[in-house]
Amino acid sequence: MSEFSPFLLFFIAALLVGFTRDLPRQLILLATPVLTGLHLWLNIEVGSSVSYSIMNYELVAMRVDKLSLLFGYLFCIASFIGSIFAFHVKDTKQHIAAVTYAGSALGAVFAGDLITLFIFWELLAISSVFLIWARGTERALKAGLRYLVFQVLSGVLLLAGALVYFHDTGSLAFDHIGLDAGIAGWLIFIAFGIKSAFPFLHSWLTDGYPEATVTGTVFLSAFTTKVAVYALARGFAGEEILVYIGVTMACFPIFYAVIENDLRKVLAYSLINQVGFMVTGIGIGTALALNGAIAHAFSDVIFKGLLFMSMGAVLYRVGNINGSSLGGLYKSMPKTTVLCIVGALSISAFPLFSGFVSKSMVMTALMYEDYGYLWLLMLFASAGVFHHAGIKIPYFAFFAHDSGIRTEEAPRNMLIAMSIAALLCIFIGTQPQYLYAMLPWEVEYWPYDVTHVLAQLQLLFFSALAFVWLNKKGLYPPELPSVNLDMEWFYRKLVPVAAQRVVTSLRDTKASVLSIATVPMQDIQTKFTKSSVAKYYLSESWPTGSMVFWISVILVTFLALNAFG
Amino acid sequence: MSDKNEKVYFFDRPENIERLLKGFYAICILLVLADFVLHRHIGFGWEEIPAFYSLYGFAACVVLVVIAKKMRNVLMRKEDYYDE
Repeated sequence: MSEFSPFLLFFIAALLVGFTRDLPRQLILLATPVLTGLHLWLNIEVGSSVSYSIMNYELVAMRVDKLSLLFGYLFCIASFIGSIFAFHVKDTKQHIAAVTYAGSALGAVFAGDLITLFIFWELLAISSVFLIWARGTERALKAGLRYLVFQVLSGVLLLAGALVYFHDTGSLAFDHIGLDAGIAGWLIFIAFGIKSAFPFLHSWLTDGYPEATVTGTVFLSAFTTKVAVYALARGFAGEEILVYIGVTMACFPIFYAVIENDLRKVLAYSLINQVGFMVTGIGIGTALALNGAIAHAFSDVIFKGLLFMSMGAVLYRVGNINGSSLGGLYKSMPKTTVLCIVGALSISAFPLFSGFVSKSMVMTALMYEDYGYLWLLMLFASAGVFHHAGIKIPYFAFFAHDSGIRTEEAPRNMLIAMSIAALLCIFIGTQPQYLYAMLPWEVEYWPYDVTHVLAQLQLLFFSALAFVWLNKKGLYPPELPSVNLDMEWFYRKLVPVAAQRVVTSLRDTKASVLSIATVPMQDIQTKFTKSSVAKYYLSESWPTGSMVFWISVILVTFLALNAFG
Repeated sequence: MSDKNEKVYFFDRPENIERLLKGFYAICILLVLADFVLHRHIGFGWEEIPAFYSLYGFAACVVLVVIAKKMRNVLMRKEDYYDE
């Protein structure tokens, strides 16, 4: 039998990686995604499925359709590029975590029922947190814990939702669920929402990702949110509330991105912004919009990976990634600079780069469905992406004022990984027909016409013009060493401070009660010692020993009575 | 760092930046002119405004930056804010 679920190879590799070192291990890490990709390509056909049963329940370990297959290919590509980027890493636990994490992502997108999905959902959470903890700093440790709490919460909600769903419908199959499914629908919806970083539930991402290792963030950016996008597309396509959630996600992070100093955190915000475009597409729910959402997930994994890799390379060489202390790095890292710019042009949806061919589908779908004002907001978000991810990232890292930092070009393995990603960005951007052919729904769409190209070029060039003008006028906010308050403030500051206040006030209350009560208590005691009862032995002092003694006596008596009575 | 023999890089010369910006401005002007020559399909009424995308892109980014700067007054804290 040649049909086995694609996550298997990854889990076997995770075991092997634990026992091997150096070249054999590196070969395993590179071969696993390649072999799995070939397996998907050659052996697995749309419509096939693999079932297993636990406690009389028939569960579906692998369900193959065009939607799951597309994400399967995508995750193999992402894992392959990530493995090359992490080729130099010696840390065993990082490799095991990354391979298990990628395998779990594959397991999740091929899961045919909610329980299997839940298992991989939790495995994603547990394996990925090690990529944050592996950084080894105290900050990373704490951020990882906060990240894990959100991820596990999402899993618990998913499980609860699955059980209620089973109770209501008698089925565990993971197909369209919809919010009409009542409580079950909402529980699963919020579980997916946490993982796709819905507004107010997003801070695990902007808090956790920038604290991960140089290579860890590259893996993190590829899998978790994209599995969630897949799950939303499968379970909640066409739920209109997603349109509004998606537009919010596309718009609010760009403000943070403009004033954020940590450039990997800027990318984390822009990740939410890009997922916003996908979520909007899923919410519109037409074939064109859904295809657009999926296609955008595909191109986003690659260009966002490329951007995280380029910033990772800078962090690796320079040792920090704050916009306020970087600048002028094009002098020592010219290749990384060029590759970063390719990623920047792709995320900005420049014609001929991958973001253009996928994002324009969502924008066109908004227009077809006559969401006028939302379309305007998304156009604003598009201009904003170019501003913070397209210009700010390369500008403050590689150009701006010369920080005087002279370092080396990124290591060769990093350059190879970035080059593959950059070539894919250009390939998808110039030859979109291959990506379009893999999309799950049948739609005629072609992005390259005068209208689209001209409109997009005008939008982008004048966004850039605004950047130039603001900079010349000195109106552009300088990069400052700082943090900006976001949702995490509630649990990192408000709750701890409130808890501390409660503890302090309780302590104060105790002290004041004591100070009030001490005098009368002493008074009672003095009166007691003077009274006639005080001369009995037990009332003199109450040492624990004598208490234990008398309790033992009582117990023995009780036992004796019980035994003989 | 202040080695006098250090190579002079492309953007160390102000005239190169000047040239690059001039080219950039020229493209911007051409793109606006193209709006009057080429025919665009119109989906929404506001797309009929001449140079709509150019104006919108420019305005969007200025608004974005102005609001973001204002946000700093409320949201910005010292780097070690959470570590205290």
